[in-house]
Amino acid sequence: MSLARRREPAPTGAGAGAGAGAGGRVSSLVRHAARIAWKDLRIELRSREILYTMAFFGALLVVIFAIAFPLDMRAVRGSLPGMLWTAIAFTGTIGLGRAFDRERENDTMRALLLAPVPRLAVFLGKAIATALMVLAVAVICAPLLAVFLNVALFAHPLPLVLIVVLGAIGVAVTGSVFAATLLKVRSRDVLLPVILYPLLIPLFGAGTKCTAALIADPANLEGAWYWIQFLGIYDAAFLVVSVWIFESLVIE
Amino acid sequence: MEASRRSEAGGAPRGIERSETGGGDPDGSAGGAGGSAPRGIDQVEIRKVAKRYGSERALASVSLDLAAGSMCALLGHNGAGKTTLLGIVSTLVRPSAGSVAYRSRGSALTGVAVRREIGMLAHASMCYGELTARENLALIAALYEIDGSAAVLDGVLDRVGLDRKARDRAARTYSRGMLQRLALARALLTRPSLLLLDEPFTGLDRDGALALGEQLGQLRDAGAIVVVVTHDLEAIAGRTDHVAILRRGQLVFEERGAYTYEQLKDVYHHHAN
Repeated sequence: MSLARRREPAPTGAGAGAGAGAGGRVSSLVRHAARIAWKDLRIELRSREILYTMAFFGALLVVIFAIAFPLDMRAVRGSLPGMLWTAIAFTGTIGLGRAFDRERENDTMRALLLAPVPRLAVFLGKAIATALMVLAVAVICAPLLAVFLNVALFAHPLPLVLIVVLGAIGVAVTGSVFAATLLKVRSRDVLLPVILYPLLIPLFGAGTKCTAALIADPANLEGAWYWIQFLGIYDAAFLVVSVWIFESLVIE
Repeated sequence: MEASRRSEAGGAPRGIERSETGGGDPDGSAGGAGGSAPRGIDQVEIRKVAKRYGSERALASVSLDLAAGSMCALLGHNGAGKTTLLGIVSTLVRPSAGSVAYRSRGSALTGVAVRREIGMLAHASMCYGELTARENLALIAALYEIDGSAAVLDGVLDRVGLDRKARDRAARTYSRGMLQRLALARALLTRPSLLLLDEPFTGLDRDGALALGEQLGQLRDAGAIVVVVTHDLEAIAGRTDHVAILRRGQLVFEERGAYTYEQLKDVYHHHAN
């Protein structure tokens, strides 16, 4: 029986130096991370299980907030940022837990870790898919909050989009490491938020402050940009740490 | 207890011929002779491997050599450490002590280069329930960067005998036997030179088990290293040429040679108990 198979050609020859090697590694990492993320999104688009649960829960939170808080503009302006980021935190945890539970059901995480792809690509792929799902929920929750509470949330859309994107990335990156680590732990559903939320406090703090600065009257754009930069640094720091520790945490 | 050993049969390990090799592997390395491209794992050296889970000892100083073109039956009672050893060889479990070396024509392989050569069939199917059989295999083909054309995928599904009508159905609708066939197809698709199988006959009917045994024999004859963890001695009798028995984490028996069902049963009952 022939075991011949096709593979992509290796970067060889005189031109394939150290730079080409590093470039190849990054390109392979990005390619495989995209494949894994697309796999997650494809499964989700088919089952719609996680997204529907997250969106429904997020919308429910908005309705509860709208009913529970008085329609006093000053009070609303003060509490809306907290409502938005609470919705992101809670729905993000639901999404994270379920996205990794799916890999546990048929031990598919093992198949991903066994594949000849950088294990970092597995982490990045899962984080990208989770971030996109958190963003999708934010896209539903933010306008709902604006409508129900009658606040001009989108007066400065660019910084708002930036802070929400950075927040989603932060939740997904930090959460993916711990969700993967807790994959084989029985009480993972309880442990994930208990471990994750303390680490996400700076992220939620920055998100809340930034959103508050954007909806203030007048808007404090300088303050908003400060918190956007803060969140950018937070994400970068946790990305570096996650990349560093992911493989050692997921291998038994 | 010391493992009893006989002289090795079959001579030097042989490489596996391929049209192209894994030179595109950025993380793996093949050190040693001449920088030639790796040609598949032709030797696995397990040296004094131990594994502890907290205070519980799963494996204690296990040493074993696996050579190309051989089928090793890894036997033992439940909890003997077979699955842990398979996990360590598959690179998914880190040993507490000892090492596992993978060689290709004398050169050491590491990292991604090793994983590219490993095919694994475990207790779970390792396939996504929401995806169809073809989609599951296409995903694996994409991750391994091998030909994932419909002809190739159907070819491997034909080999494992997965019903054509079921191939475009979500895998979650499959019976246990069908899932096992799909899992086997996933393991065979990448044409591994090191195939690790944990209870591969589970869920298969008698014909399926015999066909699988035949396929494993063919893979061994093609030069692959096949390691089978099983309690189904009948399915591997006459095909395995290397038997290793674990008891409470220790290798208590290792011998190379052809075994009939009766011989396998005898050594199993004598050493595993």
